[in-house]
Amino acid sequence: MYKLGIDVGGTNTDAVLIDENLRIVAEVKNPTSDDVYEGIIGAVRHVLEQSGIDPAKVGQAMLGTTQCTNAIVERKNLAPIALLRIGAPAAMGIPPMTDWPDDIKNVVVAQAIISGGFEHNGKELAPLDEAAACSFFESIKGKVESVAISCVFSTVRNDHELRIAELCREILGRDVHVSISSEIGSMGLIERENATILNSALCKVARRFTEGFARSLADLGVINADIYLSQNDGTLMTMAHARRYPILTIACGPTNSIRGASYLSKHENAIVIDVGGTTTDIGVIQNGFPRESSMAATIGGIRTNFRMPDVLTIGLGGGSIVRQRSNGTITVGPDSVGYRITEKALIFGGDTITATDIAVRLGMYELGDRSKVAGIDEAFALKAMAVIREQVENALDTMKVSNSDVDVILVGGGSIILPEKLAGARSVTKPDYFGTANAIGSAISKVSGTYEKLIDYDRVPRDEALAQAKAEAIEMAVQAGAIRETVEIIEVEDVPLAYYPGNTNRVKIKAVGDLAS
Amino acid sequence: MRQIGLREIEDIALGAALLGAGGGGDPYVGKLVAIGAVRECGPVTLLDPEEVPDDALIVPIAMMGAPTVLSEKAIGGNEYKTLYNMVSQFYGRKIYAFMPIEAGGVNSMLPIAAAARMGLPLVDADGMGRAFPELQMVTFTIGGISATPMALTDEKGNCVIFQTITNKWTEELARAVTMSCGGSVSVCLYVIDGKTLKEYAVKNIITRSEMLGRAIRNLKNSTEGTPEDVFFKTTEGFKLFKGKIVDVLRETRGAFNFGKVVLEGIGEYKGHNAHVEFQNENLLARVDGEIVATVPDLICLVDTETFVPVTTDGLKYGKRVFVVGLKCFEMWRTPKGLELVGPRYFGCNTDYIPVEDRVKGGRL
Repeated sequence: MYKLGIDVGGTNTDAVLIDENLRIVAEVKNPTSDDVYEGIIGAVRHVLEQSGIDPAKVGQAMLGTTQCTNAIVERKNLAPIALLRIGAPAAMGIPPMTDWPDDIKNVVVAQAIISGGFEHNGKELAPLDEAAACSFFESIKGKVESVAISCVFSTVRNDHELRIAELCREILGRDVHVSISSEIGSMGLIERENATILNSALCKVARRFTEGFARSLADLGVINADIYLSQNDGTLMTMAHARRYPILTIACGPTNSIRGASYLSKHENAIVIDVGGTTTDIGVIQNGFPRESSMAATIGGIRTNFRMPDVLTIGLGGGSIVRQRSNGTITVGPDSVGYRITEKALIFGGDTITATDIAVRLGMYELGDRSKVAGIDEAFALKAMAVIREQVENALDTMKVSNSDVDVILVGGGSIILPEKLAGARSVTKPDYFGTANAIGSAISKVSGTYEKLIDYDRVPRDEALAQAKAEAIEMAVQAGAIRETVEIIEVEDVPLAYYPGNTNRVKIKAVGDLAS
Repeated sequence: MRQIGLREIEDIALGAALLGAGGGGDPYVGKLVAIGAVRECGPVTLLDPEEVPDDALIVPIAMMGAPTVLSEKAIGGNEYKTLYNMVSQFYGRKIYAFMPIEAGGVNSMLPIAAAARMGLPLVDADGMGRAFPELQMVTFTIGGISATPMALTDEKGNCVIFQTITNKWTEELARAVTMSCGGSVSVCLYVIDGKTLKEYAVKNIITRSEMLGRAIRNLKNSTEGTPEDVFFKTTEGFKLFKGKIVDVLRETRGAFNFGKVVLEGIGEYKGHNAHVEFQNENLLARVDGEIVATVPDLICLVDTETFVPVTTDGLKYGKRVFVVGLKCFEMWRTPKGLELVGPRYFGCNTDYIPVEDRVKGGRL
């Protein structure tokens, strides 16, 4: 049984094959095509040929894709949707999409707020107005194929959302795409509703890429594989789930890259430095998963409730332009020759000094025509390297949480410009296959369950409440396809409710486990 | 007199996050409530306190309860009409203008929504000049003014008017009702006349908030120096420390979050450490064990790159922040003021020394 990991990036579509012992059998990079599927087919065909294995022996296929992010950012292929918010008389003070950019507001063609919803303790806020929901659904018949439903405190209780979703299907038919906000999770009605609306609008994009992915695999003889999609938290979801909740694929790229680097280097706790042509991303891996940013993510100008990996990006890459200022100081970046490095850099016969030229001049790496950089003064090259080193070391220090030295993993094509030793690093590892860390991260992904509730510790003691919450999270991971014995708790968060008497806490638990084969 | 529109709301919200001194709740939800109201009902007229007649009835507006609950339930939208009717009926006269009671956090925004929805002007003043956790912590208490009669309503339409014997009682009773109503309610309290307003309110605080927000927003395009220099110059802030968060310790006592954030120096503060104690808002900052600022001066944490304020809810390992000290309103520095909001009231065993004198100690 083999696993096939695929990552569709802006420039390249990467594919890797991994055996049941998680050893890498083959890896390829293939240009991403306009329609995406040609790129996937090309990459998968090459990786199968390279490995020589029987396509029927691929048991699992994992895809990481930026399709959803791109669709939102570019406002392309979004489906017209209807929004129903449950929560009146609360939540009327903020109309849906209040701070959305004008050029995307029109995805919602019909909206209503109806009575219903809950208080933070699960008490009913107002009776659910089913009649109002029915007349709303009647009014949008034939106008939309996708509906978003949000509800006040649906993270505490989601029965109103579930009931309205049922009514929606009864009236609009079984084929209507229904997204409920409790499935997307996390406290904060507006951010959760925003993500739910985007999810609904992505239904066409999701159908296209899931069908396209399945079809391209089938065409290549990969007929026995269960298909999964990468989520932004570094775990997987089934194709059926991805079709219902495509928004969860947002930003899986950096996550996969960090997890892939961790896997390749065997470090569970380390800092990952991913050097590209123009920029360098520095992320942190903690217990095998990326550290999340404390800021809510904004996608295409819309604030959502998603937590993205905490990544620091600096303007330094293999193509960064090296300059000397009139006062003698040397700068590296932030501007870069980018993908034109193969014509612009000195070693490739160009006329621009890049960071890569400096690395070659100092004998750190063999690339292009070395004689073309012999003219660079050694003192100049050393100074430039000191600038590169300082930028990376400062960024490294920023991302560390304590004074002690950390293990550092270098990945990405541009990582050749970095020295082998860095201040603040206990070790610096550049693993094999570092170029396809994304696809590897996708292939080795686990499955997860996340539990989030407001719990009053005066009513349920903290230990008991956390134990119960952990059990719920584990159950959710198992339902998502995890092998029970492998499930572990990777995140426990309990934050007391501010300005609120008593001992009510927001509890969030995340459990992950290996995917059953 | 001038107009508050959508652009101004954005800047005031950002400035209010700074004046929240770590607390007051994320103004984001409040901002949406204000934007929603101004879009629907048009911009709000902002009055300088000097433009308000002495006998005018001025009504402060706020939310009470947990900002986390507000972020789910928001407001219903009819609360301000309900409050308007309750207060004007109680006094038997017309309300001249609304005002915020708290310039920091989410409560900076809701009075804008109330003014827009009721077509009333808003007075450029508040009762704190920042955010504070308890109801009696307003300059009006120094003037011996009662918080009551206080009007309270929830989004469901439940209404209460409180008449209490002390502001402490108001705090206790109002908080109990707030909980029963689901954890977040709208209130009017410290209803005052124009004369009292001019005597005790923190004047022009909305304009200051807007200026602070605009300054943070424009830092990136600044031509007059590094963003850091410009930030400290325009905010008249004291740079107390620059560091990375290495630990956050929290506990809950009563209605409030207590905690301590531990920082390790970076840049010119490398090798030094600091910590900031908070009770929702930041109370006290120490650098290498020595106190550098205490309440009622404002202690704010801002991101070292974006200068966006970081609230105590948003404290996370690894975040790089400046610890900034801002002078509080002068009235807080009087004996009466310090009795209400001085370091000892919050359980910090130290006398109050103004932040500008503490930093003059010549350290670092």
